Amino acid sequence: MTELYVKEVRKALSAKGSLLFVKPVPGIKYNEVAEVILESGETRFGQVIDVSRDVAVLQVFGGVSEVNLKNAHVRFKGEVLRIPVSLDMLGRIFDGLARPIDGGPQIVPEDWLDINGAPINPAVREPPSEFIETGISAIDGLFSVVRGQKLPIFSGAGLPHNRIAAQVVRQARVKGKGERFAVIFAAIGVTYEEAYFFIENLRKTGNIENIVAFINTAASPVIERIVVPRVALTTAEFLAWRHGMHVLVVMTDMTNYCEALRELSAAREEIPGRRGYPGYMYTDLATIYERAGRIQGMKGSVTQMPILTMPNDDITHPIPDLTGYITEGQIVLSRDLHRKGVYPPVDALLSLSRLMKDGVGPGKTREDHYQVFMQLIAAYTEGQYLRELSAIIGVESLSERDKRYLEYAELFERKFINQGEFERRTIEETLDIGWELLSMLPEEDLKLISVENIKKYHPKYRKALKGGEVSVATNTKGN
Amino acid sequence: MIPLVVGKIRRISGPLVVAEGMSGSMVYEVVYVGEERLIGEIIGLQGDHAYIQVYEDTSGLEVGEPVEGSGSLLFAELGPGIVGKVFDGLQRPLSVIGSLIGPFVKRGVKVPALPRDVKWHFTRNSKLKPGDKVGPGTILGVVKETQLIDHYIMVPPNIHGRLKELVSDGDYTITDLIAVVEADGKEVELTMLQKWPVRKPRPYVRRLEPTEPLITGQRVLDMMFPIARGGKAAVPGGFGSGKTVLLQTLTKWARTRLNIYVGCGERGNEMADALHSFLKLKDPASGRPLAEKAVFIANTSNMPVAARETSVFLGVTIGEYFRDMGYDVLLVADSTSRWAEAMREISARLEEMPGEEGFPAYLGSRLAEFYERSGRVKCLGEGNRVGSLTIVGAVSPPGADFSEPVTQNTLRYIGTLIALDVSLANRRHFPAVSWLLSYSLYVETVERWWRESFPQWRRLRDEALNILQREAELMEIVRLVGPDALPDNDKLLLDAARMIREDFLQQNAFHPIDSYCPPEKTVLMMDVILTFYHEALRALNNGVPLEKIRALPVRVKIARMKEVPYDQFKDAYNTLITEIQDSIKELLKEVGAE
Repeated sequence: MTELYVKEVRKALSAKGSLLFVKPVPGIKYNEVAEVILESGETRFGQVIDVSRDVAVLQVFGGVSEVNLKNAHVRFKGEVLRIPVSLDMLGRIFDGLARPIDGGPQIVPEDWLDINGAPINPAVREPPSEFIETGISAIDGLFSVVRGQKLPIFSGAGLPHNRIAAQVVRQARVKGKGERFAVIFAAIGVTYEEAYFFIENLRKTGNIENIVAFINTAASPVIERIVVPRVALTTAEFLAWRHGMHVLVVMTDMTNYCEALRELSAAREEIPGRRGYPGYMYTDLATIYERAGRIQGMKGSVTQMPILTMPNDDITHPIPDLTGYITEGQIVLSRDLHRKGVYPPVDALLSLSRLMKDGVGPGKTREDHYQVFMQLIAAYTEGQYLRELSAIIGVESLSERDKRYLEYAELFERKFINQGEFERRTIEETLDIGWELLSMLPEEDLKLISVENIKKYHPKYRKALKGGEVSVATNTKGN
Repeated sequence: MIPLVVGKIRRISGPLVVAEGMSGSMVYEVVYVGEERLIGEIIGLQGDHAYIQVYEDTSGLEVGEPVEGSGSLLFAELGPGIVGKVFDGLQRPLSVIGSLIGPFVKRGVKVPALPRDVKWHFTRNSKLKPGDKVGPGTILGVVKETQLIDHYIMVPPNIHGRLKELVSDGDYTITDLIAVVEADGKEVELTMLQKWPVRKPRPYVRRLEPTEPLITGQRVLDMMFPIARGGKAAVPGGFGSGKTVLLQTLTKWARTRLNIYVGCGERGNEMADALHSFLKLKDPASGRPLAEKAVFIANTSNMPVAARETSVFLGVTIGEYFRDMGYDVLLVADSTSRWAEAMREISARLEEMPGEEGFPAYLGSRLAEFYERSGRVKCLGEGNRVGSLTIVGAVSPPGADFSEPVTQNTLRYIGTLIALDVSLANRRHFPAVSWLLSYSLYVETVERWWRESFPQWRRLRDEALNILQREAELMEIVRLVGPDALPDNDKLLLDAARMIREDFLQQNAFHPIDSYCPPEKTVLMMDVILTFYHEALRALNNGVPLEKIRALPVRVKIARMKEVPYDQFKDAYNTLITEIQDSIKELLKEVGAE
């Protein structure tokens, strides 16, 4: 890569938005990084996004303001965008391009890595199956997270997604000890308040030395938002695959990332897809989300919890829609539940964890877990339907059985979903609350639970067995 | 030998590279781009400019680097060594690459698709002797590739002549000489390895009517919306509607000889899960691991987009090759929408006139090229072999809106629509197949097959669908006035519809017994539910109160019949029918009607 001569251009053809068009010199590589040196002496990074005989198009991080076409000075670096990585990054705060902003010294790099990473060979991936206990009933009981999964939170403006993410980061545990874990926090175009809410929260738990934060606030250049998730994931991969750590990556807010992508696409005059977002947004998001996973024979893991706010709470909007097609499920927050005062306001019908079935069950959580989950949701669906119905025809005209389902739905939200922001429930506690709720329903309605599990866990039989005392599950999990 | 064309890169824009000095090359010719010789395919020519879609990451390419023609189209390698393997869209064996260069996919890796050093035990076709006339599809011998697959070694298409030499039984690699054929005065040396251009359909004698159902073990499909062997089906559904689970279930349990799973622009973890579960799960017929009858093509969403197109065509080509041996092959492609998006991206970079939603105007014809390669055919060669290739494609409509171009264009070519409904999935009704939107054009053609073994199939199917249709109408009324306003026989119909939905249509893809439901059990289960409905209706009409019918304990047993193992089901069925009849008789006695 190192060449003795310097590839430099001193004349730009045109500039707009974040794009700079320059007359190419021989040897410009596609996707290579360039430095744009302004008259003031300021240096900005740029990346070659199209190159031909006649023109090279640079995408400039920081935008092209103050660029003077006559005096533009572009120096091509001959390599793709790389960031320095090191174990010393733990406990530090960086900007979107991995430059320290916490007042500390520059890090001494162990290596320089391409921020685009390389796709994991699907043949050597290990299917994720280690249950992560977050201590939140709605997640553990209904939409379990496993190591190596990518499970986003679909939120809306004003909903408590950041508090939930912070609670997950605080409380998440996995069976077994002595494993090193790290949290990577990437703030993409968020406000200072949001960014510092997180950092303060993490500081309070005393885990700051396990955290790397990358902050691109709403005031930072839009174009930088394109690289923040990639920088964060490159660091995550370095810690996971090079140092065998279990890394949880929280990225907020991916909607800002997609907006930046749209802005860039418009500047390139590309044919827009749905609602002006570029047609390749699916692929682009996939190159971010697919960097989660486990690898056969390697110790670490990368788990992702991206947060996005659905514009106008619309789940069919291209951003949540394309995300949902890539991620392994989604945790959807509901404004109705939030108004009712339920925290976390998880919409149990729209949420889903695709990898749950591999992470729960005997030896992992408890043998009845999956069936209890199915039954809780099925009964809640029925309750929701009856709610709608009773709004039209009145509660009086419902049968006794129907009224019980209505009450169940209410208590399911109040007792199961709802919990304290600093309350940590074990999976056994979560499942036992589930059983208490299910015991309100006629036993023959519990079609989704096997007879053996009903006999073993239904409060009615457990009380009979233990003389009125609810037994604690036998296979308790160590933290 | 014509010298190969060598040009120079003129422009690089993502996966699209424009090269100059390429006159003499042909459209769809494979080219090697740059010093690293990245694999690409010419998708357009203009003057001496070639428009090339590159199947690997183009970062670091420079203007002026060489582009070298290969003189040939994109080929699939066909021969022993395919089954049970994972390939990428260019047929590079991913597990071999994994052990060669580590867990990350890098570009520029050149590994032959099929191993050259493995020796396979070849058993020659004892009926053939030197001097015999041989032609395309003539079976020269057989290699037992896995316990489940007898890999027939055939004379490739386009070769007619007389057999001059056939080796005796023994161990050979795929490049060792197997036979010599005298064709047009020339001697053609044959090995076990065939090459075939992926975009070109393999020839056959003639197409046959798809009269056999593809038994999938999924009740909603086998009973309600059958797919025929050699047919084509589409599975559109929003995210979270269970497309991937349904497609994987099909590849696990469908009664076929070989299944091909093309993961095109989808999740890596899902692919890993499929690979692992295929090793663990056993084929219901033989008890061997399912991976022994499966081929995987994995081009996950973060791998180069252009290779999504080659992955589907590679899959189809492999499917046709095994079809030509006289096998029933199923190919599932998850998801065709991602392939369409790749087409859109390339088309936009070529600055072509966009059609609907930015997709190229040729979207429909390209989809047709894919789906039309399915079919049940009389194969080339001796012995009246009949093979079939069934194609099931997933479609991922944005916002679960079926009016979008990929879904609509797909509907023009397919025979079975398996429409997945997100609202069903949200209610945890799986498989979330909408019984109101789905359809099958194969009902009439496969009916003959069912009539022979299960004459009641058509009657049960039509009645069940009628009940569900009537339920949808009644629910409109219920939403306005509540269920109490309905007459009792309508309430009973709603009960029956609920039983059909919950006790029959819902099927747990991960339950050890329920995940696969053989046709015998499917038919008997529906028979139980409808018998209950008829008996209950008779009781109701004779004055038995609805509450009494609803309180019958046999209903719980009906709800649990899914879990009865297949080999005990016949007995369970008889017991259930007797119990239904007895308990209704009891009720009738109480009201003095019998």
